[in-house]
Amino acid sequence: MPGALAYAEIREGTVSRASREAVGLARRIAADAGGETHVVALGPPGTEAAAAQLAGFGADRTWVGESEALALSQPDIAAAAIARLVEAGDYDAVIFAATAQGRDIAPRVGARLGRSVASEVVECRREDGAIVVRRPMYAGKAIATLRFTPGPAVMTIRANVFAPVEESAAGQVSSLDLEGLEGRVRTTALEQGDRDRLDVSEATTIVSGGRGMQGPEHWPLLEALVEALGDEAALGASRAVVDAGWRPHGEQVGQTGKTVSPNLYFAVGISGAIQHLAGMRTAKVIVAINRDADAPIFGVADYGLVGDVFEVLPALTDAVREARWGS
Amino acid sequence: MNTIVCVKRVPDSATRVRVTPDGAGLDPAGVKYVVNPYDEFALEDAIRRKEEAGEGKVTVVALGPPQTAESIRQALAMGADEGILLACEGSHDALSVARALADEIRGREVDLVLFGKQAIDDDNMQVPQMVAEFLGLPCATVVVGLEIAGRDATARREVEGGHEVVEFSLPAVVSTQKGLNEPRYPSLKGIMAAKRKPLDEREVTLDAPSIEFLRLDEPPAPAAGRIVGKGADAVPELVRALRDEAGVL
Repeated sequence: MPGALAYAEIREGTVSRASREAVGLARRIAADAGGETHVVALGPPGTEAAAAQLAGFGADRTWVGESEALALSQPDIAAAAIARLVEAGDYDAVIFAATAQGRDIAPRVGARLGRSVASEVVECRREDGAIVVRRPMYAGKAIATLRFTPGPAVMTIRANVFAPVEESAAGQVSSLDLEGLEGRVRTTALEQGDRDRLDVSEATTIVSGGRGMQGPEHWPLLEALVEALGDEAALGASRAVVDAGWRPHGEQVGQTGKTVSPNLYFAVGISGAIQHLAGMRTAKVIVAINRDADAPIFGVADYGLVGDVFEVLPALTDAVREARWGS
Repeated sequence: MNTIVCVKRVPDSATRVRVTPDGAGLDPAGVKYVVNPYDEFALEDAIRRKEEAGEGKVTVVALGPPQTAESIRQALAMGADEGILLACEGSHDALSVARALADEIRGREVDLVLFGKQAIDDDNMQVPQMVAEFLGLPCATVVVGLEIAGRDATARREVEGGHEVVEFSLPAVVSTQKGLNEPRYPSLKGIMAAKRKPLDEREVTLDAPSIEFLRLDEPPAPAAGRIVGKGADAVPELVRALRDEAGVL
């Protein structure tokens, strides 16, 4: 029976949330066909121990490749190893999380297999045996429906859309043969920024600031709200404030920044240009805080608050802190 | 140094996307097309390297409908030397596009092949990696810093919460991200000069993809939200709604 394969990223001994979602989707696809869920995990010696966690997320078998170089992401080695596994195996789907690694590696695998790739998939189902996916285009202003021809369906999936499964499976660990695989690029360092701060693409709650914040010196007000919202929250920014140099472009949400789907999105002092709305409209709950009651952002917000951000933010931060932590 | 920059003609990010009633694709009425914004970082990098070295050639390759010639002219106006238009109609999957681009690039004397990290229409973020695979070249994606010394290159690529440093040798494929540079606007002189620069146009036929496009839909309209109130006085109601109605606090 054809199975499905997922690529798991292991960071500091833990399988990332996004990877657990990829494994979960692989499990659902495999279960449809009565096949097995396989996972590839690459890392430095000792990765096998972390890979054992994957049994709790539905992995029937985990292929573990270990080498010193794999302490960092080596996309060519990953792509070659995965392509080799897929060619030798029987997989209906090859699933990556749409992370920096997944987006880098999946197209290399697709090219090696001669298979098209669907990026940032948000829905996946079977129709008459074929795998049909839906994915946003134009930064979410439209949704495309695509059907894979017979053969492995290679895809990346958007974070925070598919739920991980928490089902115990056999979780057999097999060693992945990396013999003779070399990278044309070598990743030599990972420079972590402020690790206390989550990247906007990984956060389940986002607080984004726009021009209405009136200057970079007022960002501590947003940072305080992020802190009150907890570990899963991150700062975002509109294009206007990034272009003005107030914030780094890594925080930019929108069509020329990051497209995000958090559970909760605060747009603070953001008017709601089309390109910004495109990047955040799939957030599950949107809160807009803006002085201008006619701002387009209120058209997509679930909850709007009309007011001066400098007056509202400190009160909101206190109230959130109290609601979450009781103090 | 010889650089090829691949560019794409895309709807401007301010476009209000309307889908044709049959779901076949984007309704082009009233859509303003531009050079894909990420490709401008690639163009700027190539042109700047050529200017600093005082030698080399920047070739622009674009695949798309005949109107894509306008995008190539804009790249030439920025300072690229020559353009190649691979003309074909319709929209195509990344693998077929990558194959056609790789076929065009193969056999040319090139040190660097640059792309924007993704096109803002189909948002695939696939073609650079696929072209590199077809050509057997190193590929660094989402690059915000690129240093080249002789044949050795070091790139900084953006990842969640930080950067990766990637080393490789030329020739190579690099996809560029905002932050690499500040793209220039074409000067009037550049625009005039671009009219006389060579632009080679030929038709290409793309392979059938292994993924079929079924339809395009507009996303469901957002459910009507509500204004919870004005000013700091409305904060308790907002927090109550987030906690009790939405269950997100």
